[in-house]
Amino acid sequence: MGAQLRVYKRRIRSVTATKKITKAMEMIAASRIVKAQRKVAASTPYATELTRAVTAVATGSNTKHPLTTEADQPTRAAVLLVTSDRGLAGGYSSNAIKAADRLTERLRGEGKEVDTYIVGRKGVSYYGFRERKVAESWTGFTDSPSYEHAKMVAEPLIEAVQQDTSEGGVDELHIVFTEFVSMLTQTPVDRRMLPLSLEEAALQGGAKGGEVMPLFDFEPSAEDVLDALLPRYVESRIYNALLQAAASEHAARRRAMKSATDNAGELINTLSRLANAARQAEITQEISEIVGGASALADATAGSEK
Amino acid sequence: MAAELHVELVAADRSVWSGEATLVVARTTSGDIGVMPGHQPLLGVLESGPVTIRTSSADGSGTVVAAVHGGFISFADDKLSLLAEIAELADEIDVQRAERALERAKSDADAGAERRAEVRLRAVAVR
Repeated sequence: MGAQLRVYKRRIRSVTATKKITKAMEMIAASRIVKAQRKVAASTPYATELTRAVTAVATGSNTKHPLTTEADQPTRAAVLLVTSDRGLAGGYSSNAIKAADRLTERLRGEGKEVDTYIVGRKGVSYYGFRERKVAESWTGFTDSPSYEHAKMVAEPLIEAVQQDTSEGGVDELHIVFTEFVSMLTQTPVDRRMLPLSLEEAALQGGAKGGEVMPLFDFEPSAEDVLDALLPRYVESRIYNALLQAAASEHAARRRAMKSATDNAGELINTLSRLANAARQAEITQEISEIVGGASALADATAGSEK
Repeated sequence: MAAELHVELVAADRSVWSGEATLVVARTTSGDIGVMPGHQPLLGVLESGPVTIRTSSADGSGTVVAAVHGGFISFADDKLSLLAEIAELADEIDVQRAERALERAKSDADAGAERRAEVRLRAVAVR
């Protein structure tokens, strides 16, 4: 076998192996999207009921609470960025990071200091490489987050919000994650979680604009209910964000792996054409060598007979 | 037919139980509270403890008991929702496992786990 042909054959083999791997990853991701979507759906009733309750308390009482009132001069904000632990998901993580950068830029423009909290190894390494300060980070659960994880993430954030701004607390809490719109579309979004804006909360809960909240009887008191309610609300919002981000991550990975598989297929086609051409060229060359040799031999014998 | 209220018992990651009921008894931070249809709109903070739901199914009245670990009760327009981070129906609870968990929690001096295991066992006892 000719050297050229051997090289092509070897490359085809290696690309075929890669294609098998990307195909497997594509199928794994596809099966996980469904699971992740189911989890999003399962967490929706809790989030809806909780939002309803929060809206009810916030509208039904005149209670002032640090988590619902806007600071006159907000000077510090926390941004929670949700990225993935693993790569090979196309632009998934970098799009989320870019959205967080834009948000940070905007907040800085408004004269606020920004504390960054990060979920996912990709975000951590991005910030680590650029030596940017990260207040806290979590890794290891982005592909299937549980409620415990959300609680873990929410805890320092709630603490920071409840602290006085002068003592290192924050006035605002933003979250950047990738929203799962459909199998094909996932968009990075930034949302303000706290202070609570009631219009948005009502929108999230799917309440109609004209719906009037009944006058609630609070047990034990409106303040206590709100105190207990808001941390749960933040946890549930973070949980929902983590779940959506997980679904988006799988969808992004599926798409990236699908195009990798397609590209590998194309490459194999091109390479087999080249290999065929190389084989053909080799055969042609051999034939012309034989013919040339034979005619040279014939010429030689013709000359000697004279 | 007696008046009914619609109950939704939801945990953070799933909907645990939903259906019609005539009476719901739950423990709030300021004491046990029973909610019947037509109750005043209410929003309360729940203690960890068993919640009893008296259902009004067609085959007579049954009772559903659930172990609820923290959460809220909210009632308006004859719709009652029980929100809990963790909620389990008494039927789902494995007694032996809960007992083992209780012992383990006691030996580890893990107050939170001990309380959760106790609530589970109490819910089973009520059933």
